[in-house]
Amino acid sequence: MPPIITVENVGKRYRIGQSQAPYSTLRESLVEAVRSPFKKLARNNGPAEFVWAVEDVSFEIKPGEVVGLIGRNGAGKSTLLKMLSRITEPTKGRILLYGRVGSLLEVGTGFHAELTGRENIYLNGAILGMARNEIVRKFDEIVSFAEVEKFIDTPVKHYSSGMYLRLAFAVAAHLEPEILLVDEVLAVGDARFQRKCLDKMQDVGKQGHTVLFVSHNMPAITRLCPRTILLDQGRVLSDGPSHQVAGEYLSGGLGTTAAREWTDSSKAPGDDIVRLRAVRVRTENGEITDVMDIRRPLAIEMEFEVLQDGYVLSPNYHFFNEHGVYVFLAGDSDPAWRNRPRPRGHYVSTAWIPGNLLAECTMIVGAAVTTPESEVVHFFERDAVAFQVIDSLDGDSARGNYGGHMPGVVRPMLKWDTRYTSG
Amino acid sequence: MLNQPNLTRPAAESRNTQTGENPRPLPSHPLAIIEPTKGLVSLNLVELWTYRELLYFLTWRDVKVRYKQTVLGAAWAILQPLFMMIIFSLFFGRLAGVDSKGVPYPLFALAGLVPWTFFANAVTSSGNSLVGSANLITKVYFPRVLVPAAAVVAGLVDFIIAFLTLVGAMLYYKVGLTLNILMLPMLVMLTTLFALAVGMWMSALNVKYRDVRFALPFVIQIWLFVSSVIVPSTALPQKWRWLLSLNPMSAIVESYRAALFGLPFNWQTLGIATVITLAVLTYSAYSFHRVEKTFADII
Repeated sequence: MPPIITVENVGKRYRIGQSQAPYSTLRESLVEAVRSPFKKLARNNGPAEFVWAVEDVSFEIKPGEVVGLIGRNGAGKSTLLKMLSRITEPTKGRILLYGRVGSLLEVGTGFHAELTGRENIYLNGAILGMARNEIVRKFDEIVSFAEVEKFIDTPVKHYSSGMYLRLAFAVAAHLEPEILLVDEVLAVGDARFQRKCLDKMQDVGKQGHTVLFVSHNMPAITRLCPRTILLDQGRVLSDGPSHQVAGEYLSGGLGTTAAREWTDSSKAPGDDIVRLRAVRVRTENGEITDVMDIRRPLAIEMEFEVLQDGYVLSPNYHFFNEHGVYVFLAGDSDPAWRNRPRPRGHYVSTAWIPGNLLAECTMIVGAAVTTPESEVVHFFERDAVAFQVIDSLDGDSARGNYGGHMPGVVRPMLKWDTRYTSG
Repeated sequence: MLNQPNLTRPAAESRNTQTGENPRPLPSHPLAIIEPTKGLVSLNLVELWTYRELLYFLTWRDVKVRYKQTVLGAAWAILQPLFMMIIFSLFFGRLAGVDSKGVPYPLFALAGLVPWTFFANAVTSSGNSLVGSANLITKVYFPRVLVPAAAVVAGLVDFIIAFLTLVGAMLYYKVGLTLNILMLPMLVMLTTLFALAVGMWMSALNVKYRDVRFALPFVIQIWLFVSSVIVPSTALPQKWRWLLSLNPMSAIVESYRAALFGLPFNWQTLGIATVITLAVLTYSAYSFHRVEKTFADII
C-alpha cells in the first residue's frame, strides 16, 4: 500500500540568536544594513549560531496506521509536528501528504474567554478546519462529550479549568481528517476524562484514520500505537513496534529515570496544599536503582512538602508496564496517617514492593497525592520514575530453570504441594 | 423467516468493513507538498477560497468580542466620529472659517470622518492583528492573511453603524440625494481594499519589527491631516495639490462627499487613487505571502 505521509530527509534549522531575541527593531536592521559589508564576513565565521532542531528525518506512514512519536524534551518532536501541519517550513527535505491534515498541537487553540461555550465550539471548530455544517451536525455530540450542557451559553471565562479543557478537547476529538496529528494534549484533565480521550483516540484509529501521536505517556503510546518512532537530537533513533521502542527509550535513560527531583518548589507538581519534591527507586540497601531483581524487594520513595495544615493526604503509586497495562495501584495503607490531618512539613513516604510478585517488564510508576474523602487529586505525576524488572536464570525465582517466554503481569512464587501415590 | 435477514446481514457488513479498512484510494498526487520555498511564489487564491468560512468566523469573533467587552458597545462606533466632528466644527468651521463647498461644515466634516475612522481603525487593528494572534499562528495552519483581513472586515461593521449617524445628519440638514450616490458601494470597496493593503503590510512588518505598533498610531494621526478630512483639497495652492493625489485617502474622502452631497467627482484623482490602491494591494499581498511561512518562527 502506498504511504499517506512521506517524510524525506527533512531538516529544520533555527538561529540560536533569534530564539533569544525573537524580533528585531527597525533601528537594528538599519544599523545592520549600513554594516552589511561586514555581515557577510560574520556569517562565514560560524555555522555555530545555527542549530538543527530536526535533522535528516525520513519515514513513511501507511493509511490507517497509528504511530507514536516519542523522545525527551528538545528531541524535535514538536518541530516535526509543526512542519507536518504546515505551521513552519522545513529548511531542507520534503514532506508529501496524501490526505487532509488536522492538527491538534494544543487544546483550545483560539478559544476566547469572553465567548460562550457554544460560540467557542463554532470558532474553534472553524480554526481546526471543520466546515460549518460539519460543526452543526456534531454540535450536540460535542456538548455531551464535554459534559457541559448546562453551561453551554456561559462565557468560558467562568468555566472551571476542567470544564474548559473538556470542551476544548471535545471539539478537537470530533475532527475527522484523514491524517490527525496530536501533541501531548492528553496530559491534561482529570484521570477519568483522560481515559475518555484515550478511548476516543483509539476509535479514531479504528475508523481507518491515520494518526501521529506525540506523548511522554508511555502507557498511552504503547496501548494506542502499534508502531513508534523515537527521536533523539533531531534524528530518528529507532522506529518499530511500540513496546520495543518504548522499552529502549526508558531503559536507555533518555526519559524517565530511577530518580526525579524538583528543586524549584514553584515548578514542582502540586497545588497550594502539597508539592512533590522527589520520587526515587531504591534497593533494600538504599541505593538508587533502575533495575529490580525479581526476587528482591524494592522501595519506591516519594518526598513531598505539605504547605497547609489540616488535610488528610494519601500518597499513592500507579504501576504501568511497557504495554500500557495498569498493573496495580498502591495507596498508603499505614493506619498512622490514614485518617489523620497532616501538619505542615516535609514527608518521605516509602512503599515496598515485595520480591517474587511482578513479572519481567519495564515498570512505569506514576506518583500522586490525593485527599480520598473529597477525591481531590493534589498532583499526579504520570511517568515519575521507571525501572526494569529482571528475572535471572539462577533457578530460585518462579521461573525455575525454564528459559523461554513467560506471559502475565505477575509472577508470584506460589507454594506448591505435591501428593504422590506410587502407581 | 425472521432469522434470514439477520444471517445475511453480518456477511454484508463484514464486506463493508473490509472496504472500510482499505478506505478511499489515495489521490495519485499529494494534496500538499511541504518543502522550502524557493524563488517566486504564487498567491494560492484557490486555497484562500477554501478557507472563506474561517474569515467569516474570525470576523464574527472580532465583532462579538469587541461589543461584549465594552459597556457602550456599538455606541463607540458612533461616538468617535461624532465627537471629532463637534471639535472640528468648533475650531475649523467656526474659528478658522474653512470653506466647505456650500455644505454645512459639521456635515462636511462628518462625511469625511466616518470613512476616515473606518480606515484608521481598520489599519490599526489589522496592523496589530497578527501579533495579537500569536497563539493561533504557532499552533494551527491556515492562510495567515485571514487574520488582518478579518480585522478589516470587522471594521466594516462599525462603519455601517457610524454611517447611520451620517444619514441622520443629512436628514437634519435636509440634504437631498443625487444619482452620485450610486458610486457609494464602489467607494466603500475601495476604502476596504486600501485599508486591507496597508493593514496587511503593517501586520507583516509588525511581526518582525515591533516598532510598527508604536509608529502606526502616530502615522495615522498625521495621515488624517493630509486626507482632506478637515479642509478640502482645494484649500491647498494649485501647485501642491498633486502631492495630495499620491494619498488615495484624500481622493476617497472627497469622493464620499461628492457621492453624498451631489458635488462633482474628481475622476482624475479617484483614478490615481484606484491605481495606487491596487498596486499597494498587489505588493503587500505578495510580500505578505513570501514571509508568512516564517511568522511562526519569529512571532
